[in-house]
Amino acid sequence: MNTFKVLSPGIATFVEDLGRYGYYHLGIPPGGALDQASFIVANALVGNDKNTAGLEMALMPAKLEFEKEAVVAVCGAETTPKINGVEMPSHTALKVPAGGVLEFSYFKKGARAYLAIAGGVDVPLVMGSRSTYPLGGIGGFKGRKLEAGDILPIGTPTGKPSPKSLDKSYHLELKEIEELRVVLGLQDYKLTEQSLENLFKDIFVVSTQADRLGYRFKNGQKFNYKDLPQPFGAGANPSNITDACYPVGSMQAPGGNEPIVLLRDAPSGGGFAMYCTLISCDLDRLGQFAPNQQVRFKSVSLQEALQARKAYQARIKAMVESLA
Amino acid sequence: MGFRYSFGGDTFLFVEVSEEGMSLEAFFLAMAICKKLRAMQVKGITEICPANASYMIAFDPDILPHEKALEILKSLEQEVVGTQTTIQTRLIEMPVLYNDPYTHACLMGFRNNHQCREPGSTLDPNMTDIEYARQMNGYASVEEFIKAHAESPWFVSMIGFVAGLPWLYQLVERAKQIEVPKYPIARIDTPALTIGHGGCFGCIYAVRGGGGYQMMGITPAPVWDPKQRLPYFKESMVFLNPGDIIKFSPCTESEYNAYVKQVEEGTFDLKIRQTPFSLQEWQADPKGYNQEILKALA
Repeated sequence: MNTFKVLSPGIATFVEDLGRYGYYHLGIPPGGALDQASFIVANALVGNDKNTAGLEMALMPAKLEFEKEAVVAVCGAETTPKINGVEMPSHTALKVPAGGVLEFSYFKKGARAYLAIAGGVDVPLVMGSRSTYPLGGIGGFKGRKLEAGDILPIGTPTGKPSPKSLDKSYHLELKEIEELRVVLGLQDYKLTEQSLENLFKDIFVVSTQADRLGYRFKNGQKFNYKDLPQPFGAGANPSNITDACYPVGSMQAPGGNEPIVLLRDAPSGGGFAMYCTLISCDLDRLGQFAPNQQVRFKSVSLQEALQARKAYQARIKAMVESLA
Repeated sequence: MGFRYSFGGDTFLFVEVSEEGMSLEAFFLAMAICKKLRAMQVKGITEICPANASYMIAFDPDILPHEKALEILKSLEQEVVGTQTTIQTRLIEMPVLYNDPYTHACLMGFRNNHQCREPGSTLDPNMTDIEYARQMNGYASVEEFIKAHAESPWFVSMIGFVAGLPWLYQLVERAKQIEVPKYPIARIDTPALTIGHGGCFGCIYAVRGGGGYQMMGITPAPVWDPKQRLPYFKESMVFLNPGDIIKFSPCTESEYNAYVKQVEEGTFDLKIRQTPFSLQEWQADPKGYNQEILKALA
């Protein structure tokens, strides 16, 4: 069996695949790569199936040593891979020699880089997925983020790496002010008209409290609530509801303060009112925002969300096909 | 009862069964719909999550158009109204150390997050959560409050937040429900297996982590066991299901410590009894019906 060793783990490096489904009713969130498109493309580059487990590295990348020769590719956040100290291209299948050390430059753009390894990270399947669920201590490597000294197994490669690099037009781009599209609903009726207006007018800033559970946004105006009777059991604060399930991507604002958009490792339910939900394809985009990224929220209809979903799926398909 | 349907983006559909909030009737309706929906095995529905007085599904709009998803759920609303409300469930006795040293140390560390130190508060700035809950609910002493908390059983009304965490709704009339505000600022830490209370709900924190419910005590009995070491985890890593009924029984610190040791050794077990539960019979005589079903634990 082939392995790689973690020389330094970075800030938060996790084993992920595309996620764990069918257990949300037990409080177990989907998990999985936050930027699924980048994850899929990284796997396509090394000839893996799209759901093959790889590494998600947040903000500060890991440094790894490979026992035997391996084929790897990094996508997502803009970073320069280095093999034994030599700079190599990203978005390209690379050969790491036996005993080779793979490291990465700091991220010049984006928040998460995805490392695919031909054959995948061969951790056990838990409830149908290899994604890490750190709160429950299951999945991934020992149910936690990687630490220095960890030695992880690599599976047997099944496909052929792509001889091409991913075209530059498909690399991550981030504007000075990014836009996130949401569908209003859930308990939006609790907010005053003015607060709803502010939500789509204010320019928010991603706070440092931004991880796989959720992203907190600063610099917006405080939310105000209509004078409505509280449902029984909710608690007195108008930002509370009778505890319910949370959609992945939904936005809440405890106490009317900074809004939080939930992500793939978020609590599956709780007692805060939700005002809108990020459309599914913009979840990938949010996962690439680093702290201090400026963001504007845009309200779209469900029809527009479904059109955007189709367009995004077509883009991922085109990216993967461009590597064949 | 007033069902309210709302899409959560393009892949979730959220249904409030009752806009008036929590009630056993609303919970039974949500549970009945989710059960039927599960049996239907609708292609494209990927998650079915019953909750306290609501439920939610996740769906794949590429397989199941959103209009169709809405139509299916609305038709189930018609079907369940007036359905039979007797369920077959489990009655579980669970030891609790109230006013324990672990949650006490934790809550004292988070006093600045608590109501007792909010601007303008006239409360004792060092009061405990259970003392606060006692005052909010008008009990003469903490002992009396604990008696009310432990005397009547609790329905598992939802599983979620984190893996295996149960929300609990006490089987007493609405006027007797214990109600406490949640922390104004959520904590970043809670001991595993803390018994919490927020709004009208109790909970058992399945793992150590953040939380906003007031802390009442702690149980030695795990509710999430990924290694499935204890006998009552044979079937699943998650112990409890919506509809299960829990009876808390206060224990002493030395009993608690002995149970914790048994948990570590893998020998700890719980008293679990099968029981039917009829919503109508309970509504007719809550106190008498509780006493009747609790006999199974005697």
